[in-house]
Amino acid sequence: MLFCGAMNCWIVSKKRISKNLKTSQHRDTEGAQRTQRKTKASHFFVCLAFLLFFSVSQCLCGELSGFKYSLEVFLEKRARFRSAWLPYLLLLPQLLVTVLFFFWPAVQALYQSVLLQDAFGMSTQFVWFDNFKSLFADETYLAAFKTTAVFSSLVAVLGLSLSLLLAVFADRVVRGSSIYKTMLIWPYAVSPVVVGVLWMFLLNPTLGIVAHGLRHFGIEWNNLLNGRHALILIVLAAIWKQISYNFLFFLAGLQSIPKSLIEAAAIDGAGPWKRFFTIVFPLLTPTTFFLLVVNIVYAFFDTFAIVEATTQGGPGKDTEILVFKVFNDGFKGGDLGSAAAQSVILMSIVIVLTVLQFKYIEKKVQY
Amino acid sequence: MKLQTKLAWASAAVLMSLAGSAHAVTEISWWHSMTGALGDRVTGLAEQFNKSQNEYKVTAVYKGSYDEALAAGIAAFRAGNAPHILQVFEVGTATMMYAKGAVKPVSEVMKVAGEKFDTSGYVAAVAGYYTSPKGEMLSFPFNSSTTVFYYNKDMFAKAGMDANKAPATWQEVVAAAARLKASGEKCAYTTGWQTWVHLESFSAWHNVEFASKGNGFGGLDARLTFNSPLHVRHIENLENWAKQGYFTYAGRKNEPEAKFYSGECGMLTSSSSAYGNVAKNAKFKFAVAPLPYYSDVKGAPQNTIIGGASLWSMNGKKTEEYKGVAKFYKFLSQPEVQAKWHQETGYLPITNAAYEMTKKSGFYEKTPGPGVAVQQMIVKTTDKSRGIRLGSFVQIRTIMDEELESVWSGKKSAKAALDNAVLRGNELLDRFEKANK
Repeated sequence: MLFCGAMNCWIVSKKRISKNLKTSQHRDTEGAQRTQRKTKASHFFVCLAFLLFFSVSQCLCGELSGFKYSLEVFLEKRARFRSAWLPYLLLLPQLLVTVLFFFWPAVQALYQSVLLQDAFGMSTQFVWFDNFKSLFADETYLAAFKTTAVFSSLVAVLGLSLSLLLAVFADRVVRGSSIYKTMLIWPYAVSPVVVGVLWMFLLNPTLGIVAHGLRHFGIEWNNLLNGRHALILIVLAAIWKQISYNFLFFLAGLQSIPKSLIEAAAIDGAGPWKRFFTIVFPLLTPTTFFLLVVNIVYAFFDTFAIVEATTQGGPGKDTEILVFKVFNDGFKGGDLGSAAAQSVILMSIVIVLTVLQFKYIEKKVQY
Repeated sequence: MKLQTKLAWASAAVLMSLAGSAHAVTEISWWHSMTGALGDRVTGLAEQFNKSQNEYKVTAVYKGSYDEALAAGIAAFRAGNAPHILQVFEVGTATMMYAKGAVKPVSEVMKVAGEKFDTSGYVAAVAGYYTSPKGEMLSFPFNSSTTVFYYNKDMFAKAGMDANKAPATWQEVVAAAARLKASGEKCAYTTGWQTWVHLESFSAWHNVEFASKGNGFGGLDARLTFNSPLHVRHIENLENWAKQGYFTYAGRKNEPEAKFYSGECGMLTSSSSAYGNVAKNAKFKFAVAPLPYYSDVKGAPQNTIIGGASLWSMNGKKTEEYKGVAKFYKFLSQPEVQAKWHQETGYLPITNAAYEMTKKSGFYEKTPGPGVAVQQMIVKTTDKSRGIRLGSFVQIRTIMDEELESVWSGKKSAKAALDNAVLRGNELLDRFEKANK
């Protein structure tokens, strides 16, 4: 949660900075270059401050417009604070919330991961790294890594492609576009458990209408015994839930692309495919990159309810993803030590993944 | 709107607490996991108790499914405001009882309250599950069910079998399955709660150990033993029946029940508490029979294992409050209350008196279903059949489910899967033993 917030903030702050750059570029190229130098120098510190400042508001309400405004104020009118302590005082409430609700639990998780405790916390032993050792000695835990990797990449790649496709179509619709858009945004309001149950009913081998239809095509659908079918089920449910979110961002991204560029390309004789891949998609890369990180974080952290409602990790362990195991062992099994160790591992994976994404993929992003 | 309702609730709560202090009524909170009609009956029980006296007031609060309620209870205890009574499902029993200082055994509650308490009046196979080796009752048995066999009479008749004779042994089940298949049925037999029916109850029913040390009653160092030749034989049989199309796997919990009452499957083994649902939905004649067994196993059939939940009293409350809890348990033990609960819900009666009362009323002749479950339980239990008391049992059940699924899907042999389940489960037991020393 903490890192999700922090990373969101990092990405968004970078995005906003680049947006500032873009707008100023339109105004004046020289000025933009100046700003860029200045921004790059202070980039690290700004981000650090925003990491604390906005992670809460990001995670809690995701109010991007307010965010943008405060960021601009902070960037451009920083000099207005005369006193040295006032900015810190203003930051204090946010900092407190961040520390209390994000850092404190994270530290607690680190501490719990070296403890062996009964469910009620009546007896506690300090066991160093035993929790980690027993996890890595467990074959099934290692198998869960593989499942998670497959699941997360499927969710991120398929989810993003589908939403991009839908957004491109929605962008082209002339009549009734608002109805179309509203319908596409709806699924986001549905809770993950309900999403899981919904897909489970559709694909239930006995009652499911989709399973029934598949039987007509000679496919004997049985997600209770076939691991691949079960994986398809949770991937479908996870994607369906996230499509609206991706769709919204892609649509916003598409609408901010100047029509003149596309028209100019069309006049030059570029077909729709060429226009999409040489103009639209490159201009969408910042959005795509942001969504890629968000979707991977989503697939890693937010999908346990879907698994819980549909397959419970089965058949066998074929759909047991890491975050579901954390939930199952900690919440259901009452084994907080092991669950904390697992969430620490999960946290490190997501940090490493996000850093890697910024290091290698971000280079391909054109702000 | 939301805020308004919240305010309304808050003011109601304030008023209630004011009213409470005015009459000096001791409040007892009871967290449970009963939904629908069962939830109404639980509330009804609390109301009936509250009306029967004016010193104590029991408030029943629904706290989500069994595991959610347990997690909520644990969190509340850690935060220092646990409820007085917490309903915990049977697999959570070891978690509760080894949490020294977190719970107060029923026998102690009764002692503190100065109530007379005779455990011999309780049905042994039910109360035994919740009793320590020393004979001290730890939690109060509340809603218990067990594993029974259901079959579709119409389907049996159609296949040319005697619809009034249920298959008593597994050998007869497979013969019946073959007949059903031959008469064109798609699904002959399915099972709900596969681990409970085919490993836990199966062990007790054949009087073989599920785990060492009397299935864990003897101490924390008990380890799983359900990979014995008899267990392997049974799972191997099921595997073969699955291959031949006699056995259809339909899910870990009670999902398979739908396959039975929709008329798709001819035979079902599942919880006796499914009776109500089956009776409501089945558009055919059906009957309940005892769980099948292997006739060549000595000592079979013994008794089956209970499922369901019991009531735990949390530690650290005032004596006055424990008196109320004890009074409430006494109230729940009354033959009339018990018999009514048993007849209305289909759960097992927890006292012998309630059973006798129900028997005399002619209830079992009118509705033979619930009687079967009682018959399976009204016997003297053995060390191997008394129940199962193992730590981390929620996770062990998941492990058993996973390994059984790998048998049904043909990935593993019965022996390999059971060996692996024992191995993995024992690792958890090691961990639980260390954490609860």
